[in-house]
Amino acid sequence: MSRLQVVSGKGGTGKTTVAAALALALATEGKRTLLVEVEGRQGIAQLFETEALPYEERKIAVAPGGGEVYALAIDPELALLDYLQMFYKLGSAGRALKKLGAIDFATTIAPGLRDVLLTGKACEAVRRKDRSGRFAYDYVVMDAPPTGRITRFLNVNDEVAGLAKIGPIHNQAQAVMRVLKSPETAVHLVTLLEEMPVQETVDGIAELRSARLPVGRIIVNMTRPEVLDATDLELVRTVPRSTVARSLSSAGLGGARRGGHAERLVDPLLTQAEEYAERYTLEHDQRAVLAELGLPLHELPLFAEGMDLAGLYALARALREQGVS
Amino acid sequence: MSRPDPAHTHDPARPLAPARVLDVDPLLADPKTRIVVCCGSGGVGKTTTAAALGLRAAERGRKVVVLTIDPARRLAQSMGIDSLDNTPRRVKGIDDSAGGELHAMMLDMKRTFDEIVEAHADSERAATILGNPFYQSLSAGFAGTQEYMAMEKLGQLRARDEWDLIIVDTPPSRSALDFLDAPKRLGSFLDGRLIRLLTAPAKLGGRAGMKFLNVGMSMMTGTLGKLLGGQLLKDVQTFVSAMDTTFGGFRTRADATYKLLQAPGTAFLVVAAPERDALREAAYFVERLAAEDMPLAGLVLNRVHGSGADGLSAERALAAAENLEDARIVDQEDGKAGLRNSPDTYGSSDSSTSEAPAHDRAEAPAPEGGSPAEDAAHAEDAERSVDQLTAGLLRLHAERMQLLSREQRTRDRFTALHPEVAVTEVAALPGDVHDLTGLRDIGDRLAADERELPDPAEDSDLPEASA
Repeated sequence: MSRLQVVSGKGGTGKTTVAAALALALATEGKRTLLVEVEGRQGIAQLFETEALPYEERKIAVAPGGGEVYALAIDPELALLDYLQMFYKLGSAGRALKKLGAIDFATTIAPGLRDVLLTGKACEAVRRKDRSGRFAYDYVVMDAPPTGRITRFLNVNDEVAGLAKIGPIHNQAQAVMRVLKSPETAVHLVTLLEEMPVQETVDGIAELRSARLPVGRIIVNMTRPEVLDATDLELVRTVPRSTVARSLSSAGLGGARRGGHAERLVDPLLTQAEEYAERYTLEHDQRAVLAELGLPLHELPLFAEGMDLAGLYALARALREQGVS
Repeated sequence: MSRPDPAHTHDPARPLAPARVLDVDPLLADPKTRIVVCCGSGGVGKTTTAAALGLRAAERGRKVVVLTIDPARRLAQSMGIDSLDNTPRRVKGIDDSAGGELHAMMLDMKRTFDEIVEAHADSERAATILGNPFYQSLSAGFAGTQEYMAMEKLGQLRARDEWDLIIVDTPPSRSALDFLDAPKRLGSFLDGRLIRLLTAPAKLGGRAGMKFLNVGMSMMTGTLGKLLGGQLLKDVQTFVSAMDTTFGGFRTRADATYKLLQAPGTAFLVVAAPERDALREAAYFVERLAAEDMPLAGLVLNRVHGSGADGLSAERALAAAENLEDARIVDQEDGKAGLRNSPDTYGSSDSSTSEAPAHDRAEAPAPEGGSPAEDAAHAEDAERSVDQLTAGLLRLHAERMQLLSREQRTRDRFTALHPEVAVTEVAALPGDVHDLTGLRDIGDRLAADERELPDPAEDSDLPEASA
């Protein structure tokens, strides 16, 4: 299985949560995963209920069964200094560059340098080996930029290799692209069963494929349990109101006669059922659209009360049960 | 138990009035309002809100342009701007009886950047810049440029003075207010020492008085050269010196746009959904806008849920559902089993001829985890009692009431922290918006200062098989 697992998705679909759950799911017995955050939002720290993560790899969780999850929030500025240090031993020159605003420039404005550093750091973690020659991490999971930017983000090194035609940056860019375009990498897209995120997923996959980036799985997040099934919904359209009123009344909700408490509940309850039916149909349509993409499809439940650590472990379990690890 | 009083049960989830109500109509109607900026985190309906506000203002007589950054395709198509040509296009099909117009455009970052270069450099210099590989990469939209170009385009539209209201949708930034920071950041870069460093070798070469500085410079450019490769450094230097003359223009414009945002006549709307993360982000926006002296008009809270039966609490609904699901006990208690199962009521709902289309729709793809075999079993098991359906309706209602109370809690938290912020709530729609009718509907919901809850008395259009 691919050792670099990139998780993207439209804003609001919960891709950070899914990335974290995936990192937990992949950390099966004796395995070690690194969860990488590139957007500087400290979403991982919030999820794991720890203080803000510094720019260093630190253990944040032990997965069920004994695997370990490490996390790293990449700070582009520090990553650049790190990189300069690694290649050129540029301690003081690095600081001078910083004083000149070059680091700011490089990490915020220069074409793609920021993205180069972020992808470069992740690929470095993928390739890193310890003294015994074993990979430092069995898997690296990246909480990546949203679907709209993911192809450009991952492909930035192609562009850079074209810009810097020779030199270490060129070589580094090519090395990163070799990892990203190989089966070592899989890009997963998180979506909801709603039109816009699904459309964006479809578009995103087309873009990734045309850039020859390896597409992995589709993860449908925040699916709601089925309260009424197709048979119920058909009945909603046909059932006489008076029988529902009597049924409500028999459940202890007041009088079934016109104007009675139970009778007055019928219309609002049926309206809610109609809304549910509309969403139900829409969700089925969107599932069909996703199924057509021919990729492994996973579903994770909505935690109505909000995501917390327990929820995260439950999602990781669900992912394992669905065979991602 | 013997005194059911569901309709009058006070439920804590019942909506309370917000501290202040945001009324968008006077804001949109006021000729002094010239710019409305919609900001908020991704996925909260920012673009839809901007489009709906634009349509509403136009249909009330204003000449409006909506600047969108990255609209969903079908929303863009609904306004006829699926071509990305960086020019405002008139939206057809709106009600222009009040004399208004609606124009819409989608931002083309590269085109906007090119236009700035063309406007600020002579043609020869402009050609050098536009042909520079470094520039081509920069302008095609890396971090920061999208935000900067959105603000730049806003400045341009405002300067043209062709519209009396500009509504801006902001980019889906990674951090909330990148679009406010970007102009300053680009400005400070362009004004910075790095620029002087990069342009220096050409300017300073050989001047004795600058010897010390020159040593530093050559060390620096040498380092950069090693790092970037000589060709790229040369590209960067050519780019930077070619743009030298336009820097003043960039900075002046960045400052002007920033001031424009602070000026009276600009109104910021923070858009959010009643969810924890979105409202947390909204609170951050509110604080940042205040810190930057940006005029906040209020919060648009999208996708707020309501219920026509909000007098029935989740707990009572669930208890009643349990009663029904254990029908035998209920039957023994009230002895109405015969009535519920009488053929004149249940039997009538069983006639399938008139509901064939509905049947088709409902038989659509299998629900999650459902296998064809299970479906077949379901179909055979057609004798489904109304009680079971009613129990389902009650569970659905309980879910709705729990959602309402969660939304209320997150909103209350926001209101407690920011009581000064006026709020308008937009009732949730079951589906997405992709036409003008849908946008108009959102506009109506935006303008209504109370939630539009379905009124039970008006729901006469619900299907009733026996009718």
